[in-house]
Amino acid sequence: MNYLLFIIGFLLLVLIGTAVYAVRQRDLLYAVIATGVISLALTALFLVLQAPDVALTEAAIGVALTTIIFIITIRNTVRYEDEKDKK
Amino acid sequence: MTYIFYITIVLLSLGMIFSIIRFIKGPTAGDRTLALDTMTTLMVAGLVLLSAVFNRFIYVDVALIYGVLGFIGVIVIARYLEGAL
Amino acid sequence: MSIYEIIGGILILIGAVFLFLGGLGIYRMPDVYNRLQAGTKATTLGAMSLILGVGVVKMEDSWTWIVKMAIIIIFIAFSNPISSHALARAMYHRKRYPYIKGDAKDMDAYREVAGKDDPSDTSPDEGENI
Repeated sequence: MNYLLFIIGFLLLVLIGTAVYAVRQRDLLYAVIATGVISLALTALFLVLQAPDVALTEAAIGVALTTIIFIITIRNTVRYEDEKDKK
Repeated sequence: MTYIFYITIVLLSLGMIFSIIRFIKGPTAGDRTLALDTMTTLMVAGLVLLSAVFNRFIYVDVALIYGVLGFIGVIVIARYLEGAL
Repeated sequence: MSIYEIIGGILILIGAVFLFLGGLGIYRMPDVYNRLQAGTKATTLGAMSLILGVGVVKMEDSWTWIVKMAIIIIFIAFSNPISSHALARAMYHRKRYPYIKGDAKDMDAYREVAGKDDPSDTSPDEGENI
């Protein structure tokens, strides 16, 4: 059972690190891409923890639907949180 | 068979670590999107391997959904960067 | 060990090595076009080989695994070049110049193929460097 602990620890590290990156990022497009990475790690974590139906729903919604809605929102509003963040 | 699985898991983790480094320090938005695309393909292979190790046939469906839908997010981000969305 | 496990194990190891090389190429290459080559071609071959190897290993129990693995391989072979092409096209339209030794920043051949004088015409936010 050692390899399961390794996989779960690795996925949790990826999840927490990417979530902190997405919250602290000033450019909203980068935060949306980080949300895709969060969905990726969360799907594998649900599969390892023996919940394939939750993993299936997370894969269908988190990959396609969330990204499309956030990108359309960024297209219709602004890309940067603050005007002085624009390089 | 067990050692092959261990070696494969370690190699996949190393590839994913390199992709995450490129995702964090990548200078443009294209590099970050490319890192997301590579991590999607790596994760499809990892999910298939995990379903084979758990010996459950129904777990392959998650990898199948990822293989079918994984490129839609990348295409939407690329069309936004191109300015044609 | 049966013959299925030996052949499938070799295929899985080849796929794992190619996936690792794809990740290493993502980290090492200088600009975004080289990273596209490393991250798409090597990763596609590695994922195909690994999934086929899993199907071959499971073949001595039942034949239903290899059918679903073939479906996944077909979808990967369709979807991976599509996303790579869209990303390279977006980077070209935003004037990402490729890395050339000696500071030669020119893409005239590509510009003539695309049929536009200035590729940055369709960029949503012009003059911004990210």
